[in-house]
Amino acid sequence: MNILVCISCVPDTTSKINFTQNKKKLDEEGITFIINPYDEFCLTKAIFMKESSGANVTVISVGDSKSESVLRKALAIGADNAVRINADSDSSKSVANLIADYCSKNKFDIIFCGRESIDFNGGQVPGFIAAKLNLPFINSCVGLDYTDDKINAKREIDSGHEMCECSLPAVVAGQKGLVEEKDLKIPSMRGIMTARTKPLEILDPESTYNNNIEILELSKPSERSDCKIISEDNVGELVQLLHKEAKVI
Amino acid sequence: MNFELSSEQKLIRDSARDFANNELLPGVIERDELKQFPQSQIKKMGEMGFMGMMVNPKYGGGGMDTVSYILAMEEISKIDASCSVIMSVNNSLVCWGIEKYGTDEQKNKFLPELASGKIIGAFCLSEPEAGSDATSQKTTAKDMGDHYLLNGTKNWITNGSTASVYLVIAQTDIEKGHKGINAFIVEKSFDGVTIGPRENKLGIRSSDTTSIMFSDVVVPKENRIGDDGFGFKFAMKTLEGGRIGIAAQALGIAAGAYELSLKYAKERKAFGKEIIKHQAIAFKLADMATEIDCGRLLCIKAGWQKDNDIDYSQTGSMAKLYCAEKAMRITTEAVQIHGGYGFVKEYHVERLMRDAKITQIYEGTSEIQKIVISRFILK
Repeated sequence: MNILVCISCVPDTTSKINFTQNKKKLDEEGITFIINPYDEFCLTKAIFMKESSGANVTVISVGDSKSESVLRKALAIGADNAVRINADSDSSKSVANLIADYCSKNKFDIIFCGRESIDFNGGQVPGFIAAKLNLPFINSCVGLDYTDDKINAKREIDSGHEMCECSLPAVVAGQKGLVEEKDLKIPSMRGIMTARTKPLEILDPESTYNNNIEILELSKPSERSDCKIISEDNVGELVQLLHKEAKVI
Repeated sequence: MNFELSSEQKLIRDSARDFANNELLPGVIERDELKQFPQSQIKKMGEMGFMGMMVNPKYGGGGMDTVSYILAMEEISKIDASCSVIMSVNNSLVCWGIEKYGTDEQKNKFLPELASGKIIGAFCLSEPEAGSDATSQKTTAKDMGDHYLLNGTKNWITNGSTASVYLVIAQTDIEKGHKGINAFIVEKSFDGVTIGPRENKLGIRSSDTTSIMFSDVVVPKENRIGDDGFGFKFAMKTLEGGRIGIAAQALGIAAGAYELSLKYAKERKAFGKEIIKHQAIAFKLADMATEIDCGRLLCIKAGWQKDNDIDYSQTGSMAKLYCAEKAMRITTEAVQIHGGYGFVKEYHVERLMRDAKITQIYEGTSEIQKIVISRFILK
């Protein structure tokens, strides 16, 4: 079985976020980049599948050279080979199209993506890939069993879970539940050493894709004010605060 | 000149950090209090490849450079200095000593299990009456023709009861002074090896430190390391490398205390604002950050010299002296920043302060480091 895991390179969750002067891009100064956590659940699931049934795992990222360090980590965790498509990763549509182009030339049985990336939270890439390749798409996947030609998946839906079955190849957008946080792998020294000799291929994009969307401005959410605790027998004060301070009633 | 770590070195540092937080932090206070050897933690460190990081992969090691080892040592030491001393002794004294000076047979026999952490090793130099004065060895190894007969007592042996392999320094010819000293690989299973009770220590309490008695222990000739009379040089050369590991341990203890203090100072309020906004606290943290950066640069310089076959003994001593002294100062200040909370166990800094003390003592006291450094500058 050939598995592709799409990896987005995102700022560490503890990063202090700032923007460039024109407020259109993230200021990358001093930022540490990590594997998008949703993608890491997928990568770990793919490694488990490799360990249990000998799947071949390829990791792919669209982006500049900074994404190579996260691809190396994926190789150290156990992926077999890595691909970086040397293109701007700002547009979901472009990223999805470039990955779909790669998939149309290389046969994969399962294409894993994180449900969304924690930087721009578009949640669009896996759906776009499935649409472009005309493949079945399982979103918000929290559990997966598989045979050679089909998968049984558990999806998270508003009111609970949905069990579904689909043929392969397929695109799966995963999240926590596919594996648990405790299952996430830390690269071992042997893994890091072995990763030195695993291939990391850098490909130039063959086409350019436009999202037709322009980012006008990025801004930070307003800072949370201190939490006020009002005793349960003081409803009057609560109403006053909601009306005068929070201005919600 | 380039101060940037390679992406692989950063990955090693981050892996060690994640591992320490996930696997070593839980239970660290209890292990310290109850003097519990970190059995399962060391097993996991072995599986992760931390127990033989620099050993050639053909012997099951990680094939990493010394700088990577320093980065991992720092991260492990931030969380648990008991685990890091076990790691340091196994890596930079036992594995390095055998790999650098052992025969092919010795390497093939002992390194795969040591480097993978399946067994751990200990380094036996100190004696009840031979600490800094390492030439006055009372332990003897009498040449019996086809074997040596080992007798004597070693003190303060890290991994004393948990090690399976001991590198033992002993006097074979008293007439020849330090040129009559040899180093031997002694297995715990040899008849006549007795392990003393575990010491009840101020710091690094969950590592096991014991004395070891050798009574008519038959040591095969092929277990001698190097040519006859090489033992003292072997011990000194091995300790030169070991110092880099202990310097990195001291650095990690200091950095761990600093990180906890910084976090605490941002949260704790006094006189209406976070204490970090009081200059008295901010200046303490500024001093700590500066000293930690200096210590880290010294450690990495020593590691870089070792990796590039440049004599590192002076820098290694400077790194160990500086980091150990600063670890003691910084951890004491960390307790001060935490105030009353720092004095109780659940805030970790009192443990780090107790752990820091040993770094000024073992693998060459601070005073011995000054002797080494002054010999270089007086040349």
